Amino acid sequence: MCLAVPFRLTKVDGVNAVGEKDGVTRDIRVDFLRDPKVGDYVVCHAGFAIERLDAAQAQADLDAWNELEEALATL
Amino acid sequence: MEVCGTHTMAIAKAGIRSLLPPDVELISGPGCPVCVTDQSEIDAILRLSEERNVILATYGDMVRVPGSAAGDSLAARSAKGARVRVVYSPIDALGIARENPDAEIVFLGVGFETTAPGTAAFVKAAKESGLPNVSCLSLLKTCEPVLRALIAEPDFRVDGFLLPGHVSTILGEDGFRFLPEEFGIPAVIGGFEPEDIIVALTRLIRQIRNGEAKIENEYRRAVRPEGNPLARRMIEAVFEPEDSLWRGIGRIPKSGLAIRKEYETIDAKKRFGLVIRETPEPAGCRCGSVIRGAVSPERCPLFGRICTPEEPVGPCMVSSEGACAAAYKYRPAE
Repeated sequence: MCLAVPFRLTKVDGVNAVGEKDGVTRDIRVDFLRDPKVGDYVVCHAGFAIERLDAAQAQADLDAWNELEEALATL
Repeated sequence: MEVCGTHTMAIAKAGIRSLLPPDVELISGPGCPVCVTDQSEIDAILRLSEERNVILATYGDMVRVPGSAAGDSLAARSAKGARVRVVYSPIDALGIARENPDAEIVFLGVGFETTAPGTAAFVKAAKESGLPNVSCLSLLKTCEPVLRALIAEPDFRVDGFLLPGHVSTILGEDGFRFLPEEFGIPAVIGGFEPEDIIVALTRLIRQIRNGEAKIENEYRRAVRPEGNPLARRMIEAVFEPEDSLWRGIGRIPKSGLAIRKEYETIDAKKRFGLVIRETPEPAGCRCGSVIRGAVSPERCPLFGRICTPEEPVGPCMVSSEGACAAAYKYRPAE
């Protein structure tokens, strides 16, 4: 049960926040984040943000996967 | 072996097995929290749905899990008048309690460490709210004890583990170090995109071939080495370990999470005097063996013929994260 959704925080008020993805917004709880801010990307599971998504690392992962796919295309 | 229902589904959906070399076998282990919920616990939930004024608030995939009696499930009961509300978050149960002051709302707390912190926050919020009509039935289980139980089995033959990405978000790389350090078993934390899984498996296979054993983290964008201490602190504040029954495996010591005495007013087991009586699985059902990774879904005699998503015999076919549901949904075209 690791199903989770990446949301971008559009509002933060104590432990309550609003997350947005592809135009859909939802109330979520941010009890487990240190110092959550509007604009943060978070991994949200069952209505709770369980971690901040490291945007730099995510971009590095996407770039690595593109490199992998380009290499596979040459085989 | 992978031990995460979300990995089970992602692997089936992306057809990862078709990419693996012939000498690599990927086994599904106990990763689906609904599937490992014991038959006796399911029957206790069904009995609870009979109680006057009870509204059960639950995650969706519990609704069709079969009880011991033929045709019995929360879905069947709700067709006969039981009140069952599907929620996305345990916090939603508080809203239901406020809107239904004459009803007793019980949240079914199923899940592993990914779900435990939010469930704990719900229990805490329920107590602080002073609402008299809300409680939690904790069926939460933890990963380390079941991994240890599997490793201790005489027929254990797994060379490495693909570790659950979001359980690792909570527990960190540190939470699984016992695997290489105590047992010499390599393990890689993986995310859920197909590329995450391929990279994580590549790194795991490389460790196995080189005779190495360490924790690697492929999912660094969401998993810190130390995990999430705030989340773990919330779990520890509200829950304490207790022995728990796992479908197909039996009683594993200290593998479940019970609500602490401090929050006992929110504990549905105490409020309703629930007794969990050991119950056999439905006849012919091999879910227990599938969950342990001893039998693949396709090798269950009921798979696809008697047991289908429309008419499931056991939870592995019902749950959105069950190994049999994954195998059936993504089976090769005829």
